[in-house]
Amino acid sequence: MDLNYSPEELAFRDQVRAWLSANLPADLKDKAHLPKEELMRWHRILAKKGWVAPAWPKEWGGTGWNVVQRYIFEEELGYAGAPPIIPFGVTMCAAVLLAFGSEAQKKRFLPRIYNGDDFWCQGYSEPGSGSDLASLKTKAVRDGDHYIVTGQKIWTTLAHYADWIFCLVRTDPTVEKRQEGISFLLIDMKSPGVTVRPLMLMDGWHSVNEVFLDDVKVPAENLVHKENQGWTVAKYLLGYERMNTGRIGESKRELHKLKESFSEKMNDVRWRDRLTRLEVELMALEITNLRFLDRMRRTGQPPGADVSMLKIRGTEIQQALTELAMQAADPAAAETKALERRYLDMRKTTIYAGSNEIQRNIIAKMTLGL
Amino acid sequence: MNFDYSEEQQLLADSVRRFLQKDYDFESRRKIVASPEGWSERVWATFAEMGLTALPISPDYGGFGGGAVDLMSVMEAFGEALVVEPYLPTILAALAIAKAGNAQQKQAILPLVAQGKMRLALATGDRGVIGAPMAHKIVFAGKDGLLLVEPENLNPYRTVDDLAAADIRVDGKGERLDGRVFNEVFDLGAALSCAEAVGAMKFACDTTLEYLKTRRQFGVPIGAFQALQHRMVDMFISYEQAKSMACLACSRIDSSENAKDRARAVSAAKIKIADSARHISQESVQLHGGMGMSEELKVSHTFRRLTVLQRRFGDVDRHLERFASL
Repeated sequence: MDLNYSPEELAFRDQVRAWLSANLPADLKDKAHLPKEELMRWHRILAKKGWVAPAWPKEWGGTGWNVVQRYIFEEELGYAGAPPIIPFGVTMCAAVLLAFGSEAQKKRFLPRIYNGDDFWCQGYSEPGSGSDLASLKTKAVRDGDHYIVTGQKIWTTLAHYADWIFCLVRTDPTVEKRQEGISFLLIDMKSPGVTVRPLMLMDGWHSVNEVFLDDVKVPAENLVHKENQGWTVAKYLLGYERMNTGRIGESKRELHKLKESFSEKMNDVRWRDRLTRLEVELMALEITNLRFLDRMRRTGQPPGADVSMLKIRGTEIQQALTELAMQAADPAAAETKALERRYLDMRKTTIYAGSNEIQRNIIAKMTLGL
Repeated sequence: MNFDYSEEQQLLADSVRRFLQKDYDFESRRKIVASPEGWSERVWATFAEMGLTALPISPDYGGFGGGAVDLMSVMEAFGEALVVEPYLPTILAALAIAKAGNAQQKQAILPLVAQGKMRLALATGDRGVIGAPMAHKIVFAGKDGLLLVEPENLNPYRTVDDLAAADIRVDGKGERLDGRVFNEVFDLGAALSCAEAVGAMKFACDTTLEYLKTRRQFGVPIGAFQALQHRMVDMFISYEQAKSMACLACSRIDSSENAKDRARAVSAAKIKIADSARHISQESVQLHGGMGMSEELKVSHTFRRLTVLQRRFGDVDRHLERFASL
């Protein structure tokens, strides 16, 4: 057992760090809620370097890095304050296409995702289907070489930027087991009948939307995997999602900023102790994350259901950091508003990507056998 | 970076576990605790046969020169089985002598410790010296440095977690150890007590999970209730986070040249493990209901061990203070 990075891993980290400090534009650093053009500017810088999709197979533009190198890279991105790589295309849709897509679908979509030509969003949740995702009602009816899609999606992050949406739709309403009547469909947002309406959240930002689908004509070739087997695809994707929601690099940066911005607060023992406990929790989560990666590296297996703990703890830490920042700041000061908006914004983290209660259900059932 | 035990470490851990499962089950342990001595000479002899007493001692004195990660696997197994024999006091005092003693002192003591023929205790004051009643010598860490003293004038008692301990009286008599290396030994003790706590927490989690699956109320196993499932999951996460920190502390002790780095990792581990130990011990009793309170169930003994381990080698406040100062 040796928890230090090897000399090779350290050299890799330094290489990433040096490149970031030379190539991350200052005006993109530490910005929440960037407009689409700015997000894509950063995406293209990474794509040009060949680093935008490290996890992909090499033939499609992946870097061939092992899991530890990928972790180091992600952590350095977070720690440098780089804009996020919006996951819906690069991480999620691509993972699905790579595992389930036809050759034609891969050739058509993957290069465009890589180069930032298409912006994707995720059409899962519906007004009546949140945690109980399999109850979704948006229906797709086969009509010759098309599907006609009708229904509504909600909480669709950045749908107002999106060129494409990947959707779970019901293709067979008659089956007894609801999971068996669902399909995974790719829909062009420019299709007639697609309407996006902003949903303003309490932090005042426009980041999520309602997406209405009214008799939208979707070519049958946009079906991924087999008809009525979309649930298999969805489950596969959820595992991916959970592995990437710990946000450890980002939290390390927030913690660092907190110590710098409120250095005088470190003399307040009560506040300092809360901060220290949080720092320790984050250290522990980083090691726990590395233990998962180490296990994946050794066994060559995808992470088990217990990886949900990274999402649970990671998001709890993200939220706690915003609470500490607010506590340290003058509640009446103008500059505190940004911290307060971040606090409001971060409340979403324990709800999205499978609420933390759902994550606990998953661990209870799959890992603990309850 | 790797998180594996080496093959030797794994073999040792497996053989320790096998021995404890076979000969140190809860019933056997109960008999040992109920004996007048409160520990087993036979068990100690087996530890020596397995090479455990020689594990951290330098090969110059007949040992294997093992480090914190080697000891970690042993301490985890000891924590699971709630071992009462004075292993940690003996090896910590031996390491204090190894680092601070002169050649003659080392030659007189370390080979005997390695062979399992000498037990030691480590005193940071004159009260609450774990393992003093069965120790042949005590390393006393006073204000003026380290002193090797005879175990005389003891006022023996048992701790709440069934360890033989004593208040001692040191009246300045004893052999001086020249070096001043106490922080290093203290940090190793803290890290190993973290590993021991992780083992105890593993048992608490495992046995509680088993109970949730077998205990039936309202016609179903109580583990079918979501309120309990989520609490069990939180215990499980708490354990994994604690385990990560024990790995970090032990690995840093072995690899870090820098005392500050080492102290930081150890204090962080103590903070996390104190919080996890309280959380897991309290929940394990609560989820067992009345049975969790019972002397008959091992989980109540694990509760007591974890209650003490939270505070041994510095409580959480002390380590919060130290972490912030580094």
